[in-house]
Amino acid sequence: MGEQACACEEKYKEIEEAIGEYKGDRSALIPLLQKTQRLFGYVPRAVQVKIAEELGIPLTDVYGTVTFYSFFSLKPKGKYNIQCCNGTACYVRGAPKVIERFEKELGIKAGDTTDDGKYSLQVVRCLGACGLSPTIMVNQDTHARMKPDKVPEVLKKYV
Amino acid sequence: MTKTISNVNELQKLREQYKAAISQAKVRVLVCTGTGCVANGSLRVYEKLAEAARKRGLETSIEVLMKGEKEPLLLSKSGCHGFCQKGPLVRVEVSGTGREGSNTLYIHVKPEDADDIIESIIAGTVVERLLYRDLSTGQVYKSEEEIPFYRLQKRVTLEHCGKIDPEDIRDYIAHGGYSAVSKVLLETTPDEVVDLVSRSGLRGRGGGGFPTGKKWSFAKAAKGSPKYVICNGDEGDPGAFMDRSVMEGDPHRVLEGMIIAGYAIGASHGYVYVRAEYPLAVRRMRKAVDDARSFGLLGDNILGSGFSFDVTIREGAGAFVCGEETALIASIEGKRGMPRPRPPFPANCGVWGKPTVINNVETLANIPSIVLNGADWFRALGTPASGGCKTFALAGQVANTGLVEVPMGTTLRQVIFECGGGIRTGKKFKAAQIGGPSGGCLPESLLDLPLEYDTLTKVGAMVGSGGLVVMDESTCMVEVARFFMNFIQSESCGKCVPCREGTKQLLAILDKIIAGKATMEDLQLLEELALIVKDASLCGLGKTAPNPVLSTLKYFRDEYIAHVVNKRCPAGVCTALKEYYIDETKCRGCTLCARVCPVSAIKGEKGKPHQIDPSKCIKCGTCIQKCRFGAISVRS
Ligand SMILES: Cc1cc2nc3c(=O)[nH]c(=O)nc-3n(C[C@H](O)[C@H](O)[C@H](O)COP(=O)(O)O)c2cc1C
Ligand code: FES
Repeated sequence: MGEQACACEEKYKEIEEAIGEYKGDRSALIPLLQKTQRLFGYVPRAVQVKIAEELGIPLTDVYGTVTFYSFFSLKPKGKYNIQCCNGTACYVRGAPKVIERFEKELGIKAGDTTDDGKYSLQVVRCLGACGLSPTIMVNQDTHARMKPDKVPEVLKKYV
Repeated sequence: MTKTISNVNELQKLREQYKAAISQAKVRVLVCTGTGCVANGSLRVYEKLAEAARKRGLETSIEVLMKGEKEPLLLSKSGCHGFCQKGPLVRVEVSGTGREGSNTLYIHVKPEDADDIIESIIAGTVVERLLYRDLSTGQVYKSEEEIPFYRLQKRVTLEHCGKIDPEDIRDYIAHGGYSAVSKVLLETTPDEVVDLVSRSGLRGRGGGGFPTGKKWSFAKAAKGSPKYVICNGDEGDPGAFMDRSVMEGDPHRVLEGMIIAGYAIGASHGYVYVRAEYPLAVRRMRKAVDDARSFGLLGDNILGSGFSFDVTIREGAGAFVCGEETALIASIEGKRGMPRPRPPFPANCGVWGKPTVINNVETLANIPSIVLNGADWFRALGTPASGGCKTFALAGQVANTGLVEVPMGTTLRQVIFECGGGIRTGKKFKAAQIGGPSGGCLPESLLDLPLEYDTLTKVGAMVGSGGLVVMDESTCMVEVARFFMNFIQSESCGKCVPCREGTKQLLAILDKIIAGKATMEDLQLLEELALIVKDASLCGLGKTAPNPVLSTLKYFRDEYIAHVVNKRCPAGVCTALKEYYIDETKCRGCTLCARVCPVSAIKGEKGKPHQIDPSKCIKCGTCIQKCRFGAISVRS
């Protein structure tokens, strides 16, 4: 645990510095939340409080914004965030079957994270790689032309 | 910071220098590094090509050429060609700009092909096996422009995509970049710019089709300062990726459009709003802004004209409704992205309550070409009611998927069968879904419809942002309507009741139909409710949400009736309407299926054919997987 707490402290320091730069500037809310999400994998309550104080906006507004946009989450995401595109092109070419298979392999429903904190599964809007449908993204890697049977193979790459 | 370019002569000088440098190389090799090709491994291809050249003692960078050295090849990274399906793509062109036609396009290039490509360049030959081959005719094509997918296209906004290095501002300048800005800032008055855009017949490519010149004239006339320009790069419609392609492949073109818009309306600041799902586009737009600023093409006193303009990049955070202009403005201001009623329109009351022009990426990307080629040229490309070209994102069950930029007025049939190469599966064409969740599904009888704003709206579809998904017989139209309704329902921001509650009810009725539990009254209710949501919703999201339902009801009513009355899904898609049955002639009575059935729906004596009780069967498919004799099938 010691190590993790240490890394967290650094992250808190980094985000506090960033927040400090935008004192009173409401338009910085979303960019700051984006930074938080990237740093922590979610938006911790403590950071929300800090942002509210520094930007001078009510905490409910910060919370309301966090819950409005799907990019932000209140719970930590898994180490590997699997995003399955279910845009029209992927849908027409069988994305639902791929999603189903991920759910089966991971034993969770889309939107959840496995108990060991390793994988999160998300169904997302079009990733813009329709020529290669169905596509998924694991963290920053795109995997093209997915098939249900390719699911175990992909998961093996992320352990 | 000293600017690299402070007047038009310096711009011209840089252009000449870079052009000369490119032509110091015998050929230029461009490896596509758009999102699609990167996902297919194009960065490895690039590395291997560089390595293969190095091994032979060749220098491949532009900086060496800039020093005046001659080299056999220049190796660059390009943006998306719109033909991602065939990627990774490598384009080899005889160097120097403007020498079209003498290029070679390699498809599905693998890292192992690098040596052969480099060898062939040195030898002046072509690697036959990597050329595009038309699957139906067997014909092989060497150059990109000859390939049927591209032949019908007229590329305006995509002109440079795949042909320049999007991360090198000098490359854009060498290809004529920023000459539209210099022409406007130094030789044209703001009124003349607005007039030019009005006469060109350009209409908003973000979906609404509102005349761009008119929008600009409103913002120009509006009182209040400062004024703002927003570039809408939210591109929320699933299946559309033309804005991504332009932002990734030719980001400076977008900036140029914005500067010109800013000059026309008297704005000094712009925002580019890019969706978070496009990390590469965000990065390239950011770099473009930084580079343009350090080259003096953004910032104070651009090209010594006295006009100043700067741009900020804003990332979205994953909400479809933020593509709607008033919601997008709220999001830029740091609020929840919820639309507000209009008027007042953004032209009068936009970001921070100031006059704002908000235009789509593709709209702005057309501006430099209009400035350079004139309003008449642009108008003549399209139809009288809609000038220019439009990019469609062709997807679904066609042989060639990708971006096609065609003149307004091209028919659906041409796009699907000529560019798209027809149906990939060999099955029959069934419908084209055009315009995303706000659009509609068109049947075969409308294939000869010219693609333009008004004709499509008339038949219940929409140009929208240009998503065009082709479906074959194996698609269930009710299920398609449900898919879009599900999308809209989860993206509805919840502000107005008709959209929030109406879409929920529409979805519930569609679910009921698909489950085989609906009656004809439900069908009637579906139609009535769809019309109410269309009329009563606050913003475009709700107003257009019923289009997929209404258009499928209009053109594929039989299919709804089959679901409702006959409890049958003609396409065999809807699980609840499927029936599992055992072929008595094949069944050996091994009892395996009866034992694995989780709900004990299968009965029978050992050694005799078994039967499935349809009232108990949950259609889980376990029995089919287990049966060793292939005796179990599904019918619908
Ligand atoms: C629900 C909804 C989503 C929209 N999404 C986009 C989008 O992703 N990109 C876009 O350019 N316009 C989108 N629009 C249209 C914008 O509101 C606006 O009309 C457009 O950006 C204006 O630019 P244009 O005149 O250049 O088309 C959307 C509209 C609605 C109602
Ligand atoms: S990413 Fe290479 S063609 Fe689209």
